Order: sequence, then C-alpha cells, then structure tokens
Amino acid sequence: MNILDPQGPVAAADKTILIDSIAIMLAIVLPTIAAIFAFAFYFRQSNTRAFYWPDWEYSGRLELVVWSIPALTIILLGGVAWIGSHQLDPAKPVAGTGETVTIDVVSLDWKWLFIYPDQRIATLNSVTVPVGAPLHFQLTSASVMNVFFIPQLGSMIYTMNGMVTRLELRADEVGNYQGLSAHFSGDGFPDMLFDVHVVSQPEFASFASDTVKSDRALNGDSYRNELLPQSVPKNKPAYRLDDPELFGEIASQRIPPGPGPEPAPQEAANVGTNHAR
Amino acid sequence: MSGRTMLGKLTWSAIPFDQPIPLLAGAVVLVVILAVLVWVVVAGHLPDLWREWITSVDHKRIGVMYTLLACVMLLRGFSDAIMMRAQQAVAFHSNGFLPPEHYNQIFSAHGTIMIFFVAMPFVIGLMNLVVPLQLGVRDVAFPTLNSVGFWLTATGALLVNISLVIGEFARTGWLPYPPLSELTYSPGVGVDYYLWSLEISGVGTLVAGINLVTTVLKIRTKGMSYMRMPMFCWTTLASNLLIIAAFPILTATLAMLILDRYLGFHFFTNDGGGNVMMFMNLIWAWGHPEVYILVLPAFGIYSEVVSTFSGKPLFGYRSMVLATMAICVISFMVWLHHFFTMGAGPDVNAIFGIASMIIAVPTGVKIYNWLFTMFAGRIRFSTPMMWSIGFMVTFIIGGLTGVLVAVPPADFLLHNSLFLVAHFHNVIIGGVLFGAFAGYTYWFPKAFGFRLHEGWGIASFWFWLIGFYVAFMPLYAVGFLGMTRRMQHFDVAEWRPWLAIASIGAGLVLVGILCQIAQLVVSIRRRAELRDVTGDPWDGRSLEWATASPPPVFNFAILPDVTGEDAYWAMKRRARDEGEHEPAYGPIDMPRNSPTGFVCAFFATVMGFALIWHIWWMVGLGLLGAFATFVVFAWRDHDEYEIPADEVARLDRANLQARRNLVTAAGSI
Repeated sequence: MNILDPQGPVAAADKTILIDSIAIMLAIVLPTIAAIFAFAFYFRQSNTRAFYWPDWEYSGRLELVVWSIPALTIILLGGVAWIGSHQLDPAKPVAGTGETVTIDVVSLDWKWLFIYPDQRIATLNSVTVPVGAPLHFQLTSASVMNVFFIPQLGSMIYTMNGMVTRLELRADEVGNYQGLSAHFSGDGFPDMLFDVHVVSQPEFASFASDTVKSDRALNGDSYRNELLPQSVPKNKPAYRLDDPELFGEIASQRIPPGPGPEPAPQEAANVGTNHAR
Repeated sequence: MSGRTMLGKLTWSAIPFDQPIPLLAGAVVLVVILAVLVWVVVAGHLPDLWREWITSVDHKRIGVMYTLLACVMLLRGFSDAIMMRAQQAVAFHSNGFLPPEHYNQIFSAHGTIMIFFVAMPFVIGLMNLVVPLQLGVRDVAFPTLNSVGFWLTATGALLVNISLVIGEFARTGWLPYPPLSELTYSPGVGVDYYLWSLEISGVGTLVAGINLVTTVLKIRTKGMSYMRMPMFCWTTLASNLLIIAAFPILTATLAMLILDRYLGFHFFTNDGGGNVMMFMNLIWAWGHPEVYILVLPAFGIYSEVVSTFSGKPLFGYRSMVLATMAICVISFMVWLHHFFTMGAGPDVNAIFGIASMIIAVPTGVKIYNWLFTMFAGRIRFSTPMMWSIGFMVTFIIGGLTGVLVAVPPADFLLHNSLFLVAHFHNVIIGGVLFGAFAGYTYWFPKAFGFRLHEGWGIASFWFWLIGFYVAFMPLYAVGFLGMTRRMQHFDVAEWRPWLAIASIGAGLVLVGILCQIAQLVVSIRRRAELRDVTGDPWDGRSLEWATASPPPVFNFAILPDVTGEDAYWAMKRRARDEGEHEPAYGPIDMPRNSPTGFVCAFFATVMGFALIWHIWWMVGLGLLGAFATFVVFAWRDHDEYEIPADEVARLDRANLQARRNLVTAAGSI
C-alpha cells in the first residue's frame, strides 16, 4: 500500500507534488533548525567569548528578511497547490487506452460493493480493472461516511449517503493491490479492506463474461437482505447484475439507508417507548 | 411509577461488569478519590479546602485549579494513548486485547480528553494565573464568573469519566461525524455523554474567554498601553477572541446533533433532508480556530521564556503582535482543508489550501523572531528554556508536514492517515504541550513560592522529547505505507515494525510523565531549599515578577506604573540607580469568595447526567437548582471586603526587603 510506489498516473502525480513540496520546505527548514542549534550553543551563558547585546530588539532589515523567507516559500508552494488542485481534481477524466470502465462503488457497513453497470456484473470487497484503461468511479454510501482509497492508484474520495462523488483513476501495471476505507465507520471499519486486481484488457473481458454467468444475482431484494444489514463478509462473491438501476436507487435513497446495529433484545425493551418514532 | 421509568434508560446493565479494564480503572480512580477525600477530612483540611480553593474567586487559585485538572486528565488521556499504542502493536492478524467496541471508545475519549480537558484547561489555567499579574492588576474582570467557568469545565471532565463505569463513551472519534453519531448508527448513550459534557464545559470555556478578553481590554495598570503588554497578554487576547467567536459554533453544532438525537430533527441525518457535509463544515469552523486557541497562548509562553532566559527583550515585538493577530483572523478561513477529499471543486480546494499555507507565514516569522531573540543573548538552559528550544525544532517539523497536507494533491494521499495523526500530535505535543510544560515550570514558583526541582525537570524533558520522536516519526512512515487512523486490527505486515517502535516511544513518554510526578514530589519535600524569597527567581522582565511568590491576594500593594515594554526590567534598572522608597499603603477592596461556581456546576452535573440517561424529573431539578443559584448570587448584598492599609503594608514589607537585598547584591557585583 506504499504511496511512494505509485502504479498509475494519478498516484504518480500526487506523489511528485508531495515530494516536491517537502523538498521546497526543507530548503528553508533545515537551515533554520541548524541556526536554532547554532545560536543556542554559541550564545550559552558560559561562553564568555560570545557578544551580548542586552537591549537589541529591532532591526528593520532583519524583519524584512524574516517576513520574506516564509512568504516567498508560501508563494511558491501556493502555486504548486493551485496548479496541482486543478490538474489532479479527482473528477477530472484521465486519458488511457481502451474503453472507459465505469464502476459504481457503494460503501456498506462494513464492506465495499462494486457495480459494473456496462458489464452487468457486481463484486464484493474485490475490484478487477483492466490495465491502462480510464477508470470512472461513481461513489456513494449505503449508510455512514467512508473514504474510498487505493493507495497505489492515488487520490482518495469520500462516500456519502444520498450523494454521488466522482473519482477518475488509471492503473498502469498488472498486479494485485489493496484498497481500504480511510474514514472510520464503526466497529467493522478495520475490515473494510478490498482487493484490487489489475489485469490485461482481454483478461478483463473474460472476467466480465464469466461473472455475468454467475448464479448469484444482485437486485434490490438480495441487496436489501444480504448486503444492507451490518456484517463483515468472510468471502468475496461476484454477482450478475439483475437490476441495472440499483446504484441509482441506492444513491437517490429509493432504497433506504442501512439500518444500523440491531438492538440487543433487552435494550429494545428499554428503549421501546422513548424512541418510537 | 416503576423503577425503570424513574431512572430513564439507566439500569444495572449500564455498568460493564463483563469488561475488566474500565471497571478496574474506574475502581482505582474511585479509591484514589475516596482516599484523598478521607485524608482531607481526617487531616482537618476540609474547611480550608472549601474556603481557600473551592469557593475562591482569586484568579491565581482558579488558574492553579484549572492546571491541576489538566494534569490529572493528562494521566487519563495518556492511559488511553498507551492502550491504543499497545493494541496496535499486537493487533497484527489478531484482535489484540481490546475489542472494537472498547478500542473505539478509547480513541474517542483520548482525543476528547486531550483537547477539551488537558490542553484547554492547561492554557486557560496559565492565562488565568499570569495575565492579571502581567497587566499589573488585582484580579480579572469577572471573578465569580471565572469560578463558574472553571467548575463547568470540571463538570464536563467528570461526565466523561463517569462514562467509564456507567454506560459507555462515544465510539465515533473525537469529532462525532454524523450519520455515524446519529441515533440510527449509535443508539447507545456514548454520544450523549460526549454531547452533554462538551455543551456544559463549552459554556465554561466561553465565559472564561469573555472574562479574559474583558480583562485584557479593560483592566490594565497605569501606563500599560496595548503596545507595552507582554507578548503572553497579546496571545491571550487573540486566543480568547477566538474562543468567543468559535465556541458558540461548537455549542450550536452539537445542539443540532442533540436535537437530531433527542427530538427527531433532521439536521445531519441521512433521511429527512439532513446533510452531513453541513456538520463537517460547522464542526471545523470551530475546530480549526480551536487549534490556534490552544497554540497561541503557547506561543506567548515561549516568547516570555525565550526572552527571559536569553536576557534580552523579545526581538521584533511589533512583528510578533502583527503575526499573532494575523493568525487570529486567518484561522477562521481555512477550515475546509480538513476535508479536501470530500470532492469539492479544484478552485475551492486550492483557495483553502493556499489560505492554510498563508498561516505558515506569521508562524514562520514567530520562529525567526525567537531565533533572533536568542541571538546575542546570554542563554541559560533552565527547564523552561529547554522546553522552548525543543519546541522550536519540533514545531518546525510539524509545520512542514502541516503545510504539506495543505497541498490538496498531497492530502489526497495522506488524508486521515497515520501521517496526519503524526502531524497533529507533532504540533499539539511539540507546540501546545511543550509550551504548557514550559509555562508550568516557569510560573510554578510564582504560584507556590518555590521552584520545581531542576534535575527531574530536565530528565522529564529529555524523555518526553525523545519519546515523542520515537512514538511519532514511525507514524509518519507508516502513513506513507497507506495506514489509516483508528484501526483496531490490521493485516499488513509492513506496518508492523513501525507500530512496534511507536509503542516504545509511548513507553518513553510514560517515563517522562513519571519524572514529572517525581519532580513535583521531590520539589514539595525540598521546598525549603527551593524557596523563592524575592518573587523574581528567573531574573524576569514582566510585572508578575514584581510581586511576592506566591503573590498576596491583592497581587500588588501599590499598582505599578508602566513606562515601557518589559516593565519590570525597567523598574529593576531604575531601582538600581535610584533605590526604592516605601510606598504609601492604602486599603484595598477585594471580591468575596463565592460558592456560586461550585454549586452551579453541581447542578449542571446532575442535569447533564440526567439528560444523558433521559431521567427527566432530575433534569428539571438540575436546571432549577442552577437557576436558583444564579438568582441567589444576583441578589447578593455584599460582594467585596476591605483589606486595611496596615495589613497590606505588613504583607508587602517582607517582600520589599528581600527584593531590595537582591538589587543591592546585584549592584555590588
């Protein structure tokens, strides 16, 4: 999951900006730290050779320098931030070879559902993408907030119920990577890991055509019964997508948000009257 | 009425008999509290404790109590920290020793306690203790309100700690982001404990802020113009202006969440048109200024310490004032950088990123000004100065990583990671806490009349400093490896060694804390030899050193007349040249002690507890009690008493003599 080992253009560009920013700042930070040590050591009370100006408290020239150094650094970095924000806007399409693959992502308590509307398939806690192709993610949450993040492919993005966020990525190297949720979402949060399989474009085509024959169907009913309640799944099933409108129904709340924890029997009895709504 | 409805949601099942750790911790705390209470009663200190401390409206006493609360809560917050580090050190491919529902409470409580009940009371305590002395006046603007503020803060801390044994604390993180914190996903009382603790202590913080702003603006001694105020008074002003502006946002935001949870409103719910993004914006509109509320007073402390121990006036005083006020204003324009990854457009992200970086300019200026204060000085490496130098180096690194995550594309990789966790601990420990410790060592002799033991202080500094680096540098590294925060367990082998090293760092910090406890014990036992007779143990420059240690209740027998910056330094020079004459003493009026704060807070605690457990009759009782207390106070007949001139003279003469001896001795060298 090393972000310093990027496997796609977005991650690589994010990383370049990160490294450049550190380098720009180190250029003033290191001399400043050195000066702190040097002044503290040289002007120690026991050093009788050091000069002592007990009333020296102002120097216009020094003040100018003192304001200029951080200001100039920040002007430079501000430029990096402005350009970087625009070039690396998560919603900005990324070029690539082959057809754009649309993947609708739903964060649930506590698992990730990946819906491929064009391929008519869906997968749980595992996402397979073709190498080199532009990847178009649309993301929402079925319950609480989460952050979708594949460290080696770059930028992360929030998932929120009733809203759709967008993320454009591309994977440049075939291989297996890992993704995770980067926003705490309750007891099962640390298990919200998912596999990322980057495969060749022909392999992706056969993955899609195999999965579409799956005997597990994903539709409104199976989504509501199997996925919406809180759980940490043990395996990573793949589904044929029976209802192509499913993602829209989740995002627009036509399928209501996840129910949260089931009350313990005793709590339910206690709370009953107070919370009847 | 059955027992269950009498006590709302509260039943025996609220006490976690099946979880040994919180029960044991709770039992230990309870035993310690009872032991202290028994000792107080048996040794006959109870009347003194009530008269001199609990009902005191003396800003110095209240300052000490705030600081004491912070120190005690630091122990609680740190126990949480060490449990988290231990859990993550062992939780590779395993559940560790803390189940998720417990671990999640621990990190939520750790953040809440460290910010609201350690950092806040620490800096407010030091401001309370020192600012009136530095301004050369007898008290704060609203002495009784000051006491109310403190006791309401204590109420909040008490409620958070009650959650350890009755019910549970929030499992949502230190900022309860909805919809996770809504009733649907957090049906327990944990979030309610969080909400009511902070609503009540937030009122306390707000009145403390109003009090200190009024004090700095309206109550200064003769000649103490704004541009002659010590730097700490300036940063106090800036910090408390921020409190007044920001805390109402927190109170309102949490009130909205309360309405959602208690009355079925839909401010932040998934359904009914609620909007979670509104919560994030509102909470950080308070949350980011909060960072500066904490760190600005620390900057003030460093300014005092560096100048005193370098034997020079602060370099670039006017720049420092400007930088402080600039930080104060800009801190309100950066909140969005806490959620660059929410998908706002590039313009919004870039503007808030650049605004966040702009804060680094005045902050950088401050670092350079401290640097040039050291330049051509005669530096004494006493404990406060060690904390300050440790701060300067550490804070620069924290500043670097902070500016880094203000660059949106870098944040896209680092948001919510352990890199971020390392960053904000870097600035809060290296900035706020080191400053609080510097101030604690620096002003301890002023508060109690004897210095803290130097050897233990230096030992504690080194353990804290090295412990900090060993604990948090690995977290920077593991953040680069993609690890996100708040993970109860993990399966990634590369993270493991770094988390093991970090737990060693936590152990070193523990040794640092033990050294501080030893320092306090040793200093109290050897207080006779550490006695500060003159009231000026560090060769200080500002007015708090112009009176005895500890100062008499009225602070100054004769209010000082200020003629320039570094008022006391100038007075010492004059005294050396001209000698001092005994002033003409007069009687002094001081505010009477009042139990209002304590009684109010008692009823607030009852009300808070009742609200958490839906015990509605008790809510009414608490509310009524607090209101009645206020009415009784408002209708008081006598609010001041007079100290006769003889008494003032008697109290002042001894210190004057000691001070004269010091000046003569210095003159003869």
